[in-house]
Amino acid sequence: MFIEYKGALSIKGNLLFFETVAGVGYGEKVVVKYGGREIYGRVAALGEKVTLIEMLGETHGIGVDDLQVRFSGEPFKIAVDESMLGRAFDAFGEPVDAIGPIIAKKRVDIAGSAYNPARRLHPKEAVNTGISAIDGLNTLLKGQKLPIFALSGVSTDELVAQIVRQIKSGTEKSAVLFAAIGIKHENAEYFLKNIMASGQRHKTALFLNRADEPSVNSLLLARSALTLAEYLAFEKEYDVVVVLYDMANYCDALREVSAKREEIPSRKGYPGYMYSDLASIYERAGIFKEKKGSLTQIPVLTMPDDDITHPIPDLTGYITEGQIVLDRGLHQAGIYPPVNILPSLSRLMNKGISKVHQREANQLYAAYAKAKRAQMLASIVGEEEISEIDKSYLKFAKVFEREFVSQGNYENRSLEHTLETGWRLLRMLPDSELTRLKPEDIEEFIDGSEEQNGASRA
Amino acid sequence: MAYVSYICGPVVEVALEGESVKLYELAYVGDAALVAEVVEVSKNRAVLQIYENSEGMRLKEPVRFSGEMFCAYLGPGLLGTVFDGIQRPLEKIGDKIEKGTAVYSLDTKTSYRFIPSVSVGQMVKEGEFIGEVMEYGLVHRLTLPPGVEGEAVYVASEGEYAILEEILRIDNGFSMTMVQKMPLRAPRPFVTRESPKELLVTGQRIIDFLFPIAKGGTASIPGGFGTGKTILQQTLAKWSDADVIIYVGCGERGNEMTEVLEEFPELNDPRSGKKLIERTVLIANTSDMPVSARGASILLGLAIAEYYRDMGYHVALMADSTSRWAEAMREISGRLNELPAEEGFPAYLASNIAAIYERAAMVGTLGGKIGSVTIVGAVSPPGGDLSEPVTRNTRRYTNAFWALDRGLASARFFPAINYSQSYSAYAEMLKEWWIEIDEKAIELREWMLELLQEDSSLQKIVKLLGSEALPEEQKLTVEVASLIKEVFLQQNAFDPVDAYSSPQRVLKMAAIIKTVHHLWTRCHKEEKIPVDVLKSQPVITEFARSKYEITNEELGRYDELHEKIVKNYENLIQEYGG
Ligand SMILES: Nc1ncnc2c1ncn2[C@@H]1O[C@H](COP(=O)(O)OP(=O)(O)OP(=O)(O)O)[C@@H](O)[C@H]1O
Ligand SMILES: [Mg+2]
Repeated sequence: MFIEYKGALSIKGNLLFFETVAGVGYGEKVVVKYGGREIYGRVAALGEKVTLIEMLGETHGIGVDDLQVRFSGEPFKIAVDESMLGRAFDAFGEPVDAIGPIIAKKRVDIAGSAYNPARRLHPKEAVNTGISAIDGLNTLLKGQKLPIFALSGVSTDELVAQIVRQIKSGTEKSAVLFAAIGIKHENAEYFLKNIMASGQRHKTALFLNRADEPSVNSLLLARSALTLAEYLAFEKEYDVVVVLYDMANYCDALREVSAKREEIPSRKGYPGYMYSDLASIYERAGIFKEKKGSLTQIPVLTMPDDDITHPIPDLTGYITEGQIVLDRGLHQAGIYPPVNILPSLSRLMNKGISKVHQREANQLYAAYAKAKRAQMLASIVGEEEISEIDKSYLKFAKVFEREFVSQGNYENRSLEHTLETGWRLLRMLPDSELTRLKPEDIEEFIDGSEEQNGASRA
Repeated sequence: MAYVSYICGPVVEVALEGESVKLYELAYVGDAALVAEVVEVSKNRAVLQIYENSEGMRLKEPVRFSGEMFCAYLGPGLLGTVFDGIQRPLEKIGDKIEKGTAVYSLDTKTSYRFIPSVSVGQMVKEGEFIGEVMEYGLVHRLTLPPGVEGEAVYVASEGEYAILEEILRIDNGFSMTMVQKMPLRAPRPFVTRESPKELLVTGQRIIDFLFPIAKGGTASIPGGFGTGKTILQQTLAKWSDADVIIYVGCGERGNEMTEVLEEFPELNDPRSGKKLIERTVLIANTSDMPVSARGASILLGLAIAEYYRDMGYHVALMADSTSRWAEAMREISGRLNELPAEEGFPAYLASNIAAIYERAAMVGTLGGKIGSVTIVGAVSPPGGDLSEPVTRNTRRYTNAFWALDRGLASARFFPAINYSQSYSAYAEMLKEWWIEIDEKAIELREWMLELLQEDSSLQKIVKLLGSEALPEEQKLTVEVASLIKEVFLQQNAFDPVDAYSSPQRVLKMAAIIKTVHHLWTRCHKEEKIPVDVLKSQPVITEFARSKYEITNEELGRYDELHEKIVKNYENLIQEYGG
């Protein structure tokens, strides 16, 4: 067993100043013991006289006398094993579901290390979510990181649960890891019920840390989940999707930790290194040469004050490969999922879909953008005053939102269905407006379609 | 032996045991021999910045000082290679970058056919060409490093040599191989600084024609996330008429580097017909790699750029994104407990930015050639706010400013360069260059800028009341401007025909739009033909489509189209008149 040392000098917030013990490594995991309590900690700075330990837990009521520290000699590690699918864990990778301990051969450092870009492969294969707004217009690729920019009070839980239920990579070996970061009890219940109780349980693992836990746990939780994900993807050949929900909680935890360290804050009190810290999480997505599995990330974050320029969505957008943006107006109009198509984007999508699909998506986007402008104009000059073309765009926008974007919470749409719906909507517009399509698309999907023939027969 | 006495992230303090240590000296820290650079020295203590992850390091681990500055390894074999920020060749490293990985930067096994250009007994001096080898299709000229002079006592005869074999020795004992080591932070000396007068042809209409960059010039591309900085830089890397491209991914996505690595070996350089990768050096310090190596990645890029410049080549360096480098500087500065200035950045932010961009130049080299280094840096302002310190200071030290606009990007108008905010100080200096191509070029450009400006003020009304509310004359202006925007300024980087426009093609397209403007004005004046009729003529659609159809090699088709348009509107006038 490891020796426990005495030698606490002082405590400030969650920082413990400790007499330096020979042989301790920078960043290593420690256990702080005080009055029967055990708190994890990490060596945050190492000097010849003083070691700075960052305590990762509630430090309430802790004193320097009788405080003992056990140095583990290694960084934070978790056990990884295929048998972890179907189970629920805390931030430290310990099971919390009363099914019993995990028996694993392997323990891995949760910090991960940088990937070699020369060993990566650029993503090129689509993953379907059964949601039209994503599959049709913002296609997610295997190995991509595509966040959802959510709003508080806007059906995010339902959407996240639906994605987790429906997501399909088209391969046998797939897994979903759900990292619930600093979420409220009732949401936790919701996910436990919705995800772990569904038919997907055997291929899902849940990592959960609740809002009332010390916030630093959030920082570990995301990394623990990703560590298992990497193991499953790159050693066991799974197609893994990791949902990180809610990254806003993660960032707030980061801010709190930084404030305690008395670091100079950058924008809105978040630390200057938040970009790099987030990158160390998001860059753990990808596919690699000579490896079968894949790691796809769907980080979900609630935009504070609905503000997309807030550091949390902003820095995320600077790292991820696109974003799905939710909209309060659509939500209020009863559209579920309330995906705002215009600011949403999947940067990698064109590499994973057919040329026809690309043109259709392009055309739908362009038409909707025009429709939105027509709506704006109509709201100023009145609906009667706008041109005939603009009127048909107004109609298009309504149907587009209601029939394409909107779908049932349990409706799992096939890609064919999504694309066909798209063509049906485009038929509402005159051919001359469909400038993003090729003549052969118009012939095949617009003019030559059965529905049109049906209409002319009627 | 010196040992580690304090560790905090990438910053370590070292207790010295009599070693004499110099600022920016290269050192190896700890049992894993992590690469580090000295950033502070005092009598018995030094502060080092580690370029790798320091987790797990212990106090008292040994530190070895190399006695030399942190250097770039320069020689044949740089082209087509991807390095990390401290010049480890990534193709020779595993899936993950394990710390302490030591791999020689260049391939020492490949041999090159060396052809000497000096002979024994000859006096040689710094910068002089002593021979050459072929590196892909490029003549790689080997020069005597700065500061060296003497009489050649040995010159390798023509033949195959590996890069570390001796090729020259001079009387003072100096011996050289094909590899030079150059300190990263020291700009390479040159003889004269030439004024920029040659366009770096990028093939991007909005850049070359409206906001051009000269060879040896500097440009910045500020823009919020997703506004198209990376795609623009990749496009410039593909199409610019530089001899060598240095592409530095600094604190950005791994997949973007992968994309270049997958794409460039497949694409041909339109001028030489060689594979694009064969003129490209990639430096990848991705966002998950150690922050401290970001600064090194840009300096490494510059060292390589100046090396090729001195062979008499035009080199273009793309840095994506300089903001990440500035943030790394902020982080290290914070760890060194320096006093922060604006937004936590150190007070030397501005001078460090200047030090980078000042290395761009068209020069007369020591070897008597003309070469240039052009620098294009992306800037990622938080929240897209162009008034933040990095954007502001970058703007001070760069002469072309291509501001990317969120509104344009979300309207999928690419490149999303905001033409009212952007500018280029080179436009003036390159007038002669354009006039060489066509004496009407400058006139055309001025007409276009003026029209766009007029349009900008009219757009305020259009936004409020719709274009229907404008009188015909103004509607005409708005519609011509719309042609400029949709057909000329908008350019699809992914379309094989549209992606690159030669300067000749740029002029043809601009001239057609000016003619259209002229014709419409006549139609309106003479016959009061409604603008709605004018703009919906099929020839206009044909013109709009032509950018995807008429290649740079068949410009005659533009002349035909030009004539057809003129005829079309003359007929229209007759119809209305009759
Ligand atoms: N020239 C272009 N043509 C077509 N699409 C483009 C063009 N430029 C950008 N885009 C679209 O915009 C997306 C984002 O572009 P890009 O990756 O260059 O942005 P960025 O400014 O580098 O963003 P970040 O700061 O997050 O790295 C691309 O994935 C593509 O969908
Ligand atoms: Mg980018």
